[in-house]
Amino acid sequence: MEAKESYPVNVGAIRSDFPILERNVGGDTSTPGEHDDDTTPLVYLDNAATSHTPKQVVDSIVEYYHGYNSNVHRGIHHLSQEASIAYEDAHDRVAEFIGASGGREEVAFTKNTTEAMNTVAYAWGLNELSPDDSVVLTEMEHHASLVTWQQIAKKVGAEVRYIRIDEDGRLDMEHAKELIDDSTKMVSVVHISNTLGTINPVSDLADMAHDVGAYIFVDGAQSAPTRPVDVETIDADFFAFSGHKMCGPTGIGALYGKRDILDEMQPYHYGGSMIRRVTFDDATWEDLPWKFEAGTPPIAQGIGFAAAIDYLDDIGMENVQAHEELLAEYAYDRLSEFDDIEIYGPPGDDRGGLVSFNLDGVHAHDLSSILNEQGVAIRAGDHCTQPLHDKLGAAASTRASFYIYNTKDEVDALVEGLDIARELFA
Amino acid sequence: MGIGSDMYRQQILDHYKNPRNHGRLDSPTFSHTGENPSCGDTITMDVQLADDGETIERVAFSGDGCAISQASASMLTQRLPGTTLSELNEMDTDDITEMLGVDISPMRVKCAVLARQVAQDGAKIHDGEIEIEQTKTEDDD
Repeated sequence: MEAKESYPVNVGAIRSDFPILERNVGGDTSTPGEHDDDTTPLVYLDNAATSHTPKQVVDSIVEYYHGYNSNVHRGIHHLSQEASIAYEDAHDRVAEFIGASGGREEVAFTKNTTEAMNTVAYAWGLNELSPDDSVVLTEMEHHASLVTWQQIAKKVGAEVRYIRIDEDGRLDMEHAKELIDDSTKMVSVVHISNTLGTINPVSDLADMAHDVGAYIFVDGAQSAPTRPVDVETIDADFFAFSGHKMCGPTGIGALYGKRDILDEMQPYHYGGSMIRRVTFDDATWEDLPWKFEAGTPPIAQGIGFAAAIDYLDDIGMENVQAHEELLAEYAYDRLSEFDDIEIYGPPGDDRGGLVSFNLDGVHAHDLSSILNEQGVAIRAGDHCTQPLHDKLGAAASTRASFYIYNTKDEVDALVEGLDIARELFA
Repeated sequence: MGIGSDMYRQQILDHYKNPRNHGRLDSPTFSHTGENPSCGDTITMDVQLADDGETIERVAFSGDGCAISQASASMLTQRLPGTTLSELNEMDTDDITEMLGVDISPMRVKCAVLARQVAQDGAKIHDGEIEIEQTKTEDDD
């Protein structure tokens, strides 16, 4: 391999922003942090689960706690004003990032993508769905969407339909046309599959949903962190994603909704901050988006989320996408060299930045443990897509997923780790 | 690095590749099945008791899953004959780790103890102490 790789992003400079990438692993894990018995360099390929956090984002959180920590919205005092402005502005920053021209009124902060999904399922689904209605999902939905709509549908007696996937792990769009009909009130689809890496034609699906008067909810957990997203170009009615998969902290995510839809929607959680006027008998709701943010919100996390977006925008989301695609294709090609590896999902030149696979004769969890002994962090399991794994005929799979700081060398370390597994299990 | 692994020592791999007492018993005193839902490991344990109704005479296992779960089940089928049901019920995670002879990383402990849990639950069902259809390990990923 050539001495100096050329990448769409400046990997060297980026890596220096992430101290965790310098650490060794492999020792006792009962107390967190690096210790003397950690001697194996970390190769982190589990970014679809969570990404790492650059110094700039951690600094923004430290600045908040050290400089202007305070509760938001209600305080008249100086610190509360600073915190309120920063926290509320963070909503505008998120809106801008995904092309929501309505600004903060179209972006409510949630704990994560799952909570955003539940917010719509409970606030809209429980009130608006009836027994004759259908909700259309895909066979590659994450449990965040699949379980949520499945359970809401059970409560209201609505039907759940699943758009089939073909042999390459792409949606069968003819089947989608059959399923999305006049009974359909919601189409909830994953933008990029966290298991297959499939990039779904969400704009086409939005058209199909709108043609029958249904809403479309796009699960952007794997797309917003890895490529430019414009919710208005997609024409998504709802879009959700999580901060921790895109250089931000955990505990913060965003629910985008078209303003007129959010306006009509009832709140999901009740309590402080989300109300305008309360009497012993009744209450009225605060303006958008605050009526969807009951109680003291994740203030530091919201500010960190905006800092993460600043960080990614400095790199440029087009460049992030190009880097993801380069590593995905490289990993796909390298893994395709071997007959004993089954890769799930579309070809290497048409997928998000992750590759799920199985090595013949080695259970995914054994493979993950063996790779872990080489310092290679990958995910093994069902990746919160159990019905999809049932369909694939695999109890579990191994997934490598990439981000802005990963290199081809790290993909090579994964491939070399497979040889050790082969030798052990031969 | 050469061929070596902390967790996948020769004994584990040998029991995985050549499982002992693998299959079903013709007339088990009791049988029980369990799974790790998140891993897809499944194990059925068949146990045959001696005439005293307390001493384990023969054990067989079937199922599939990762090397740790299957090797642990294989080794348990050799370990249990001659012990009593109450001795089986006293077995804890340390006993399994000792039997396997390797350090099991925290995230894999549920794989290692599945067979023991299935055998213990099977014994308790046999004694009428509990009523469950299947053993499931509690945590999920």
